[in-house]
Amino acid sequence: MATRAAPLPQIASHRVERERRDWTSWITTTDHKRIGILYLATCMVFFLIGGVEAVLMRSQLAVPNNTLINAEHYNQLVTMHGTTMIFLFVVPVWAGFANYLVPLMIGARDMAFPRLNALSYWLFVSGGVVFYASVFWSPPDAGWFSYTPLSNGTYSPTAGQDTWIYLIHLTGLASAIGAINIVVTIATMRAPGMGWGRLPLFCWGILTQAIMLIVAIPVIGAAVTMLLTDRHFHTCYFDPRCGGSPLLWQHLFWFFGHPEVYIMILPGFGVISEVLPVFARKPIFGYKAIAASTVGIAFLSVLVWAHHMFTAPIPLVVLAFFMLSSMAIAVPTGVKVINWVATLWRGSIIFKTPLYFACGFLVLFTLGGLSGVMLAIFPIDWQVHGSYFIVAHFHFVLVAGAVSAVMAALYYWFPKMTGRMLSESLGKLSFWFQFVGFLVTFGIQHSLGLSGMPRRVYTYNAHMDWGTDNLISTVGAFILATGVLLTVANVVRSLKHGVAAGPDPWRANTLEWLTTSPPPVHDFDVIPKVLSVEPMQEIRAQIAGQSRAVDRQRAEARHARSVAAIVARSARRDA
Amino acid sequence: MLIIAAVIFGAVAGALVLFLVRYRARRGHVASQVRGNTRLEISWTGAAALILVVLAVLTFSRLHGMVTPAASGDHAGAVFATVDQPSAPGGHALHIKIIGRQFIWRFDYPNGAYSYEELTVPINMTVVVDIYAVDVNHSWWVPKLGGKFDAIPGYVNHTWFKITRPGVFVGQCAELCGQHHAEMIATVRAIPLAAWEAWVGRQKQLIARAGVEGQAAHAKLNSQTGAAQVENP
Repeated sequence: MATRAAPLPQIASHRVERERRDWTSWITTTDHKRIGILYLATCMVFFLIGGVEAVLMRSQLAVPNNTLINAEHYNQLVTMHGTTMIFLFVVPVWAGFANYLVPLMIGARDMAFPRLNALSYWLFVSGGVVFYASVFWSPPDAGWFSYTPLSNGTYSPTAGQDTWIYLIHLTGLASAIGAINIVVTIATMRAPGMGWGRLPLFCWGILTQAIMLIVAIPVIGAAVTMLLTDRHFHTCYFDPRCGGSPLLWQHLFWFFGHPEVYIMILPGFGVISEVLPVFARKPIFGYKAIAASTVGIAFLSVLVWAHHMFTAPIPLVVLAFFMLSSMAIAVPTGVKVINWVATLWRGSIIFKTPLYFACGFLVLFTLGGLSGVMLAIFPIDWQVHGSYFIVAHFHFVLVAGAVSAVMAALYYWFPKMTGRMLSESLGKLSFWFQFVGFLVTFGIQHSLGLSGMPRRVYTYNAHMDWGTDNLISTVGAFILATGVLLTVANVVRSLKHGVAAGPDPWRANTLEWLTTSPPPVHDFDVIPKVLSVEPMQEIRAQIAGQSRAVDRQRAEARHARSVAAIVARSARRDA
Repeated sequence: MLIIAAVIFGAVAGALVLFLVRYRARRGHVASQVRGNTRLEISWTGAAALILVVLAVLTFSRLHGMVTPAASGDHAGAVFATVDQPSAPGGHALHIKIIGRQFIWRFDYPNGAYSYEELTVPINMTVVVDIYAVDVNHSWWVPKLGGKFDAIPGYVNHTWFKITRPGVFVGQCAELCGQHHAEMIATVRAIPLAAWEAWVGRQKQLIARAGVEGQAAHAKLNSQTGAAQVENP
């Protein structure tokens, strides 16, 4: 039998670095959890800025011929709002959640490339800072998709358009690097026993999203580089005066732009797939169908870009192809919605805030999906394209879809990240404000679009009869904003005063709930063996089993002791 | 379409609310551990696909009527729509060239007349439109006369419409084209054929007179400055 010698006392040969606790520890961190929190905090700031821009626009449109904001500033707000919400909020907020959660959910101790991970975050912040620096000089005003020729050097001569290009480059690079990191992490660092069929559905969403980013980002990177050289180095990709094509920009932009829509929503689908089963106390209905439909949506999403261009001069047969491919996406999406509803069927539903947001998502996203099918039919699109109907449609899928999912994720995982619960009553209040506010703001915009109001106009004439609908929509925007602020207040308050959460407040299914809240730097003391899609179920059963065994042993010991005592007593009596 | 959408939404939202109420957590109630049902899942996937096939077939069956311009003449009701169309049957159609520029619409008529902001057309005449842009992207949209069609520099887009009653139809540019995009209004005025012919005659006279006056002003300006520095506008 091998014996181990006792360690001899020795003098340390190198200096041991003291663990840093101050702010420098945050800017030098490579810990996936801290990077995740940095992402989430930064995104919250950008979300509020984008929200303020939205409320300003809605205030301008509240009444006809309003003069609160002039045409120039309105176009800048349109551009900043869209760009901020997409490139500085929804996409990076998922990077934040993915960073924090994916290693925990797959039972790993960090991402595959921790330093690359830090680089992603700092590139993203730099993009945002450069972009917002333009506010002090000349913000871009050609819209978030910057159609040429409007965005070229002739019609947008200021540097604002260039900051937009830098933003796309820097945040794009951040996303691409982050995506590679995610794919490698999920492919190589899953806990023992976690095959592809046991990967949590949130991780399926994030993995698919990462692959889409890797496909789509290089295209937009190339397109904005071409725009940059058109603007400054006299190339001629998009300028018709020297043989370039404005339609080429539209094709390149939307080849990125439509996958981008699913890049924003697939992680949200993942969140809903995690939240519903936990609060219905039953397994997800059709795990394989949901995972497969995620991959199916990703595949189809690179085949539908020209439905953003149905009104452009494009041959009819091309329009027909893109109509059919766009409609086809409704099948995997519909399958998901029905599976989610079926997950609630015969459950034992516990009504907590994350479930509220998940159900709000189901109702509103379904409406957004249905108007999406209408828009896929190009003769209908000819009428409503570029109108408020479109504005309503994409806010139904991106606000009611992606943002509701972000809210559900926040309320669900905040206890894990901070060790404290968010207030349930404030959370539910925030949900109702957001739900009602959202419906009032964007429901009515369908009607505005059908009555002919185009998007991106800074004002409208009184005799167009759009005043009432616009006023309703503006009132809704303020209700929605109040709802969001209630959640912000909830977060700020709960960071200090929230109820202690403990490791597993929801009795959830996935591995992140095994470790403490917040988790230690190394995530897990022991990496467990995964036996199913809901590993925490077995782990809880195991622990319960162990404690039952311990109880049994104790009871037997107690019994033995009392028997011994009785025997001893009777022996004494006999004596 | 709306009915199908309403039925689907009603089914999803109804099921959601029903399940939320019926299966809320109660003492002694245990969730049944159902993991899926392959036959059910295949059938609703098939049903979704089937609805979409029906919609696609309906769309394609109506398409021909939309892309082919109607013949001019007496027809009840307004008819309109779209791109890529063959020429109107019988050839009795009015060809208009619409040119978008920051921030005004120009209309060129076949007989040398032109106008800005307001397009005047005869009733009961099929109007075939070619859409151009000279600077940035614009989009031609008069909601009551059919869908919108982008005006993109370097490309020509097409649509057609026919108006059967006299009237004024208002629309505006539907693609962000710069600072005054919101003020790029388009109006279509439909008047009887005789009145339209008179209008075209008057418009041509006005254009000719404006040309003469412009040249006179130009000459005067040149004589004042003493050189031919002022370019022809």
